[in-house]
Amino acid sequence: MNIVVCVSQTPDTTTKIQVGSDGKHIDPTGVKFILNPYDEFAVEEGLKLREANGGAVTLLCVGNDSAKENIRLGLAMGADKAILVKDEAKGDSFSVASQLADVLKELGPDMILFGRQSIDYDSAQMGPTVAELLDLPVITFVTNLQIDGTSIKAERDIEGGKEVVVASLPCVITAQKGLNEPRYPKLPDIMKAKSKPIEERAGTAPSLRVETVALHKPEQKGSGKVLDGTPEGVKELVRLLREEAKVI
Amino acid sequence: MKILAYAEARDGALKKSAFEAMTAARQVASSTGGTVAAVIVGANVASLADQLGAYGVSDVITVEDNRLTEYDSGATAKAVAAVASAEGADLVVVSHSAHGKDLAPRVATKLEAGLAPDVVGIDGSGDDIRFVRPVFAGKGLAEVKINTPKKVVSIRPNVFTATTADAPATVSARNVVVDFSDADFRSKVVETKVTTGKKDVADSDIIVSGGRGLKGPENFNLVEDLAAALDAAVGASRAVVDAGWRPHSEQVGQTGKTVSPTLYVACAISGAVQHLAGMSGSKYIVAINKDKDAPIFGVADYGIVGDVFEVLPMLTQEIKAAKN
Repeated sequence: MNIVVCVSQTPDTTTKIQVGSDGKHIDPTGVKFILNPYDEFAVEEGLKLREANGGAVTLLCVGNDSAKENIRLGLAMGADKAILVKDEAKGDSFSVASQLADVLKELGPDMILFGRQSIDYDSAQMGPTVAELLDLPVITFVTNLQIDGTSIKAERDIEGGKEVVVASLPCVITAQKGLNEPRYPKLPDIMKAKSKPIEERAGTAPSLRVETVALHKPEQKGSGKVLDGTPEGVKELVRLLREEAKVI
Repeated sequence: MKILAYAEARDGALKKSAFEAMTAARQVASSTGGTVAAVIVGANVASLADQLGAYGVSDVITVEDNRLTEYDSGATAKAVAAVASAEGADLVVVSHSAHGKDLAPRVATKLEAGLAPDVVGIDGSGDDIRFVRPVFAGKGLAEVKINTPKKVVSIRPNVFTATTADAPATVSARNVVVDFSDADFRSKVVETKVTTGKKDVADSDIIVSGGRGLKGPENFNLVEDLAAALDAAVGASRAVVDAGWRPHSEQVGQTGKTVSPTLYVACAISGAVQHLAGMSGSKYIVAINKDKDAPIFGVADYGIVGDVFEVLPMLTQEIKAAKN
């Protein structure tokens, strides 16, 4: 099975974010970058598919040189090789999707996996956009995946329950927590990953469809009213919720 | 500006997100000038059209096909894009719901339109219309502009509160035939497992969540009782989901669900950045925690510094009494 996992580099969740001097992007100084956490579920699922069906797992990333360090984690988990499409531009989601699709057309994978969203811009649009560009079926936010020959059965969370979706290969899947437990690479795996190939290609970014015109920090809430855990405190909370917030 | 709002239907009924999409579309129409039409896609959905009149939308387009008894992202995207093109829509509004997240990128790509996903605010008007969306786990708010002539937005559930129009509209519904082929139905929902008797954090107005401070799954009845008194959904922090106390479907936060209810009650949740990412957009936040320095108090409108084991039973009683 020819499996491609599309990965991205994101700031660590706990990193403090500062707005850069252009007022539109973050200042990367001092920001710790990691492999997008949802992509680890996608890599793990790709590895499981390879274990069950044979074949190879290729990581595909659109990004700059510094993404290599994070791609190495996926290689250490067990992916066979990686392709980095070099793009220094601060493109939009469509620009990344279109560059991924260009490479995927050539690779012709049976299965394309994504994390459900990257934790920087949280768009959740990469999987469906690539599927549309390649005219493939997509199943998003998958928590359970079964493949039998070329038939796929996947479970996904929806409001108020779960949906079971069927499709056939080739197909695009976006991985949600619950799909699997990503493995931790051991030291020998990390050493081995250093010699695995990361092929670099030049990217061609299309013009921006969506542009960030300003990035703000959200307004800090004024300090809330703090009460104590006595019967009086609880009564006062209920009064505030009724009379001030008017929510009950 | 011609605006097309997608009215999400499931199991023969319009979802709350459908009315929110109408509300957001009307907001743009009133600031920019223009008209709002709605599109409903499914099998036997014509009878649902009348419900949109109360939300001020008279022009309702239905696309019906027996193969759409259950959702299919490919076919639904084809239908919405076809209607948007035929109607010359400048802006398509979709909910950022489970189905909408699937649908909006496909519709945008078909229309060669830019997409602003997970939008929580719409500023400016006309050519200067800007969409506000949380980024970096809610630590930033980005204002984005869509450069393409056609635009698609998906709006975060529960933010554009569904509001009926001052003057209800008389609905005139029309059916549009979309030329589907079997190849359009390639990701078919074969089963929907509905969680019965439980509200879902993803579309609930009030959420009561519990964290590790509850000390064990057996104590979650305190959270469930308060949730029942408030007619709320039960949520959970990552720590208690990872510990197996609660199902993942209840998890609020970065690896769980992002929620924006009217009221969010965090019980014995310290407020790690990953949790705040999923709930800091709530309109009112109540925090109950023993530790007065817990980060959750930093985002709370109202806080009680106290022991959940004492506070929750009292609070449940007081709420019940207040509601009677």
